[in-house]
Amino acid sequence: MALLEVKDLKVRVEEREILHGLTLTVNEGEIHAIMGPNGSGKSTLSHVIAGKPGYEVTDGQILFKGEDLLEMAPEERAAKGVFLAFQYPVEIPGVTTMNFLRTALNAQRKARGETELMVPDFLKKVREVSKSLNIPQDMLKRGVNVGFSGGEKKRNEVLQMALFEPSLCILDEMDSGLDIDALRIAADGVNALHSPKRAMVVITHYQRLLNYIVPDIVHVMSKGRVVKSGGKELALELEASGYAQFEDAA
Amino acid sequence: MNVAVAKTGNGRAVSDLFASAEGRLPGSPAVVAVRREAFETYERLGLPHRRIEEWKYTDLRALVGEVLPLAASPDAAALKRAADAVKAHAISGARKLVLVDGVFVADLSDVKAVASEAGFRTLRETLEKDAGLLKTASTDAVISLNAAMATDGVVLSIADGAQLSAPIQILHIATAASASAFTRSQVAIGKGARATIIESFVAAGAEAYQVNDAVIVKVGDNSDVAHIRLMDDAPDAVNITSQFVTIGANVKFNVFNMTTGAAVSRLQGFFTLAGEGSELSVNGVNLLQKTEHGDTTLVVDHAVPNCVSREVFRAVIDDRAHSVFQGRIIVRPDAQKTDGKMMIRALLLSDEAEADNKPELEIFADDVSCGHGATAGALDDSLLFYLKARGLPEKQAQALLIQAFVGEAIEQIADDDLREHVIGIAERWLERRQ
Repeated sequence: MALLEVKDLKVRVEEREILHGLTLTVNEGEIHAIMGPNGSGKSTLSHVIAGKPGYEVTDGQILFKGEDLLEMAPEERAAKGVFLAFQYPVEIPGVTTMNFLRTALNAQRKARGETELMVPDFLKKVREVSKSLNIPQDMLKRGVNVGFSGGEKKRNEVLQMALFEPSLCILDEMDSGLDIDALRIAADGVNALHSPKRAMVVITHYQRLLNYIVPDIVHVMSKGRVVKSGGKELALELEASGYAQFEDAA
Repeated sequence: MNVAVAKTGNGRAVSDLFASAEGRLPGSPAVVAVRREAFETYERLGLPHRRIEEWKYTDLRALVGEVLPLAASPDAAALKRAADAVKAHAISGARKLVLVDGVFVADLSDVKAVASEAGFRTLRETLEKDAGLLKTASTDAVISLNAAMATDGVVLSIADGAQLSAPIQILHIATAASASAFTRSQVAIGKGARATIIESFVAAGAEAYQVNDAVIVKVGDNSDVAHIRLMDDAPDAVNITSQFVTIGANVKFNVFNMTTGAAVSRLQGFFTLAGEGSELSVNGVNLLQKTEHGDTTLVVDHAVPNCVSREVFRAVIDDRAHSVFQGRIIVRPDAQKTDGKMMIRALLLSDEAEADNKPELEIFADDVSCGHGATAGALDDSLLFYLKARGLPEKQAQALLIQAFVGEAIEQIADDDLREHVIGIAERWLERRQ
């Protein structure tokens, strides 16, 4: 069943069109990779899906579980099950990670009409997940991402993914700034969350990440459009031949 | 040059304020003479206005206009309302001393418990013999007016070595609308003593009233003292508070102020580090909304060497509110090895909110470490979006970031229970905003 349907999406930022009619369908349980050179519109797509201000959708639509996503505030999208793992997770001094996680989880549950998670249940869950992601407990007592290394910040994103249990995870350049070991831990965390109901959209420059998170479908973006889609072998092909051919094609 | 008698808005001479109250002001004939002199000083100066440097940003003539007549002594109905306010605002575990409309009320206070560990008298009692408490070095008009008009207050003396087993809470409760309360208190802390003093200002049904309070604090050598002030007066009230603090040697003195009420408020604190080796920490949070005007003006005077002073202040300003912070650190010529730092940050939640921050250093010694910083800005959009993308609605995301913003000042409160209490005040203010 289609989870995310992006149809002929056109997006402008400050009078400049970045996406020129992008179409993409992601079904439940699928892992999609979106690859492309700098400036092809990959991050713009992820921001528009998450609801970041500053983007003007001039045409097209985005449906999530059949509902119009563009009509929803960012927090509604989160509660409906859209999760964006940020390329650069922000630091929030003075808000402990633990407080942030509980506040966010309960805000989502409240929006869905569910009861708040009791503290012991919440703590148990956080401990389990953080242990599997190699996140020390004292990190959870610190300000959100404050003083975290690049790898720790990305693991913190995966931790949130595991706690909030979204149905669509968009990973924006998860590999940027990570060494191989940090990348493996984060990727293992993501793979553990893969399920028949949950889809992943992995945005990346490099094929390297796709050795750890193996996609069902690879899309190549260039100049604001998907110019080619194929199986995981497409990523390898790109690694060998580069993006130049698609830039010409677009 | 002749000085014209200032007229109030409705045409009465200002001196009516004193003449009509005089019969109710306690004190011996000698005290009355001191009051008269203080009132004459006030009359000569009038309410402070923008051309007086210290009051540049808080022009009381424009903001307040006139001083309201002295509140009547509380009647039975007023005391009943005050009793409810005491229940609502008493800090758990603290021993209460309650002033209602400027009059000490023993029936609402824990006099016996306070007196078991500290010397306690009312200002009214001390003025039967001695005018000393009405005298301060300052010639500031509002302080002179306070000396002239003070009806009551608490006079605490904590003996050398005393370790108070519970905080003492001085509760100022307003029940009388369109009237003024003038109070003056003194807290003298002995050598090696340990004490926590809390002051609370609240309304019990009263509106549009004025509070003018003065507190004299003397801190003995080697003592460890916390002084917390929580000002939550009615939204249309005025609160002007002056603190005079003298600190001995090797003292740890931790001060916190929270402003969440009053249309116009000014806390002016004058701290003198008079003994070596002391650590003074003065911190506060002003949460302002609507058209509130909240002013914190501090002077920290390093009169001797080897002391540390720290000031951490946060102002959150919503709607068309106006925050003022003036902080001056003075380092006297002898005060070598002074370490004085001051940081004020203002968070503007609306385009019409205003913050005036004025840090000043006056350094006359050459071997010191002093610094100050002042910032004003809005909430960070990238942080707000991150929180919203994790499911927090706009106002809740803002609230979390505001809590974090004020947290750095609140964290300076050493006592866990009091710190939690203050966090609770901030949380309720933020909930009201939503």
